[in-house]
Amino acid sequence: MEVLIYGSVQSASLFIMACGFSLVYGITRLPNFAHGALYVFSGYAAWVFLQRLGLPYPLAALLALAAAAALGVAIYQLVLRRIRGMEMSEVIATYAVGLVILEGLRWAGVRGTTHSLPVFADGNVTVLGVPIDYQRIAIVVVALALLGLLSAFTHFSRAGRALRAVAQDERAAMMLGIDPDRTATVAVALGSVLAGAGALVLLPLGSIVVQEGYKVLIYAIAVCVVGGLGSWTGTVLASLVLGFAQYVTAFYGKAHYQMVVMLAAIVLTLLVRPSGFLGRQKELEERV
Amino acid sequence: MEGPRRRERIERGIKVRSDSVYALSSLEDLCYLAAPRVLLVAGLLLMPLFLAPLPYWNRVALSACVLAFLALSFDFLANHAGLLCLGGAFLYGVGAYAAALLNAELGLPVALSIPLGTVLGALFCTLAILPCLSLRGIYFALVTLMYPLLMSRLIEATGALGGTEGFRGIDGFGSRWVEEYALIGVLLAATFGLRRFVTEPAGLVIQAVKDDDQAVRAAGISVTWCRTKAVFVASLSGCFAGAYYVHMYQSVGVSAFALDLSILPIAAVVIGGPGTLLGAVLGSLLLVPLGELLRDFGSLRIAAYALILTVVVVLRSEGLLPFFARKYHQLERWTEV
Amino acid sequence: MDRGVSDEPLLVVSGLSRRFGGVVALDGVDLSVRAGEVLGIIGPNGSGKSTLVNCISGFVRPTGGSVRFRGRAITHLAPHRVAALGLTRTFQTLRPFHRLPAYQNLVVPLSSPRVRRLEGGRGRGHRGERDAQAIDILEELGFERDSRVPYQVASQLPTGHLKRLELARCIALRPQVILCDEIFSGLSPSEIASLVPLLGKLTEQGIALVMIEHRLRALFQVAGRVMALDRGRKIVEGGPRAVVEHPAVREAYLGLEEVPS
Repeated sequence: MEVLIYGSVQSASLFIMACGFSLVYGITRLPNFAHGALYVFSGYAAWVFLQRLGLPYPLAALLALAAAAALGVAIYQLVLRRIRGMEMSEVIATYAVGLVILEGLRWAGVRGTTHSLPVFADGNVTVLGVPIDYQRIAIVVVALALLGLLSAFTHFSRAGRALRAVAQDERAAMMLGIDPDRTATVAVALGSVLAGAGALVLLPLGSIVVQEGYKVLIYAIAVCVVGGLGSWTGTVLASLVLGFAQYVTAFYGKAHYQMVVMLAAIVLTLLVRPSGFLGRQKELEERV
Repeated sequence: MEGPRRRERIERGIKVRSDSVYALSSLEDLCYLAAPRVLLVAGLLLMPLFLAPLPYWNRVALSACVLAFLALSFDFLANHAGLLCLGGAFLYGVGAYAAALLNAELGLPVALSIPLGTVLGALFCTLAILPCLSLRGIYFALVTLMYPLLMSRLIEATGALGGTEGFRGIDGFGSRWVEEYALIGVLLAATFGLRRFVTEPAGLVIQAVKDDDQAVRAAGISVTWCRTKAVFVASLSGCFAGAYYVHMYQSVGVSAFALDLSILPIAAVVIGGPGTLLGAVLGSLLLVPLGELLRDFGSLRIAAYALILTVVVVLRSEGLLPFFARKYHQLERWTEV
Repeated sequence: MDRGVSDEPLLVVSGLSRRFGGVVALDGVDLSVRAGEVLGIIGPNGSGKSTLVNCISGFVRPTGGSVRFRGRAITHLAPHRVAALGLTRTFQTLRPFHRLPAYQNLVVPLSSPRVRRLEGGRGRGHRGERDAQAIDILEELGFERDSRVPYQVASQLPTGHLKRLELARCIALRPQVILCDEIFSGLSPSEIASLVPLLGKLTEQGIALVMIEHRLRALFQVAGRVMALDRGRKIVEGGPRAVVEHPAVREAYLGLEEVPS
């Protein structure tokens, strides 16, 4: 029973970490390797607003999300826009930008346990005979909420449909008057906000350290690769599978092995089924 | 009256004259052609002598040479074979541990542990990367990014091979001059050897795979085998770097799979001039000392490398070596349209 | 132009089929070619011509049927193995090695295992030898030896040259069958006129050609036999004139039942 509850929490965490990355890639085909950096940056920004400037929590949270969106847009406008279409350059550039942000933050002092974000509410509760704290429940709630919101947004709203159009066929979307550049900017901003939201919800469990950024990036990539880049169902299912796998590993083995499991999952998936188990892109079909 | 003008680039007279086989008859032409290469070779060979009174910077220069091997392997794989390997540290670390084990555990002398470590390490790396060869660009980049992380986490988790601390007891070179000149010698051989290799038929086929792999298949050549050969050659270079390094510092640890070692070669190649192979060496010789100057700033070093890398990639610059080559071979002037 | 025809068919395709999801691209196509023969394949867009070439050459796996080359089943063989056996193809969307000079484009097939095997395995041909062979082949295809053209980087060559380069790459492999995918498209009449005798020389050497074409007039100068495809099926096969005047072919191309007067 404990496995069920805590496994779900882990799955929810993974989903939250991955949805920003998945959204951006699904719409713009840009693998945003700076995702982890945006995550830590948002957390740090929230901390600064909260502790240094003494702002009330809701305001600090909103500003942090705004800061994340701004940084994401800046990355897109300054870096990505100029090299769109050159796949290798995109990967190198976003990876490098992520490094600049993360290592820059590390140099600025984001290490150790000096920084942390507060939990939403203190206290425990017993669910199905298992003690669990409110923060972890909040994680699951947020994950479900995000899932619902994102589905509704992309299916029902005009902007969301535009995003889906661009995802399916950029040129056709352009001919219908949808500007792919603006769409990409919106997508990156959204992805950054999602990363920030993830930070606000997940970082209170530990402290704000730069290592988290690398961890989040790898976990997000793992979920998206296993589930299939560009497939929401895949992302959800992969989060579930990997989340439980992770928890079981930590429970029965050493916590160190959690990362090994994720990395091994990425490698194995890429070797066995590169487009992911539910991926829609069959990129290995011969394109003669 | 001045009409509209534009910038024109034409080749220098001496370049045009020395382009043909008649260059052999003119000393001036020969000097023009040979000068850059002679400069590089002489520069590298004289470096240990010049830096002898500055042991710290001597060490730095040697580190730069070691890392140049990683840069060479990245340049060759990415720009000649079309395989973007983001995990150079994997090659380095495997070579390092291979040589360390051969020397410390099996007692082989340095003269054997380095070459054997290089070859065995390269075989291991090639086998490990082999399943990934059919993957498209970004997926290949992803997997290779994961490999060094996986290795370091595995070592930390299992505590094998000395765990996080690693182990010591590895022999040094004995003689300082041997240490330095063997390294420089192999570096020069590797650089010029690779440059020659890419113009040989086998190398041309590898380049063709980057341009159009389907057309290579239509020419009756197995693309997977070509890529395997390319990965093996690149692994030899990367593993050599690791193997040499452990004997220079006489210890090995999980830091052999560190992030620096993946990002520095990329930055060096992009700055030095992608595809030129010499540019990789040049870039390393520039960035490693630069990194040393920033050593006091800790992780700012990686941030600096990454920042330079980003700027250069975004500006789509051609790189230092092509820039200087252009200045050397061509002159610019304004002409009337 | 069918000189040098021998008896055994080099290439035999039986019942070849290929589905892509719900779309049937090929539906039980048969064909055979002998050495030195030229078979033309015509049909409207979407009739499965390119899929046929891809399936025969191994770039796409057929979902049914078989392909036999010189008596050996090659239906599910990888494309590089098919080429190594002597069955080559050109690409409709030209695929030169754009970073390499024209002659180095040929060094690639010249370095293939097939050519090395055919030369008797006399050591690995080194750079100078392969370069010379490449220049020779280019000269046969109209690239003047003493001009700059063979040394120009492929990305800078015009379409006509690239088409010939594509063919040159096939020839360098010393094939027995060449599948030409719309080799006349995009060429001017004079360029076609210079290509036709070259194709004749190939057939004289015993090489069989299977030519997918839209340029019917040019095709008829070369092909002895023509086959028409429509929606993945073979509808007619025979002499060029007869096929083109066949009502089923007219209907496929023009959608008419009667020949307009």
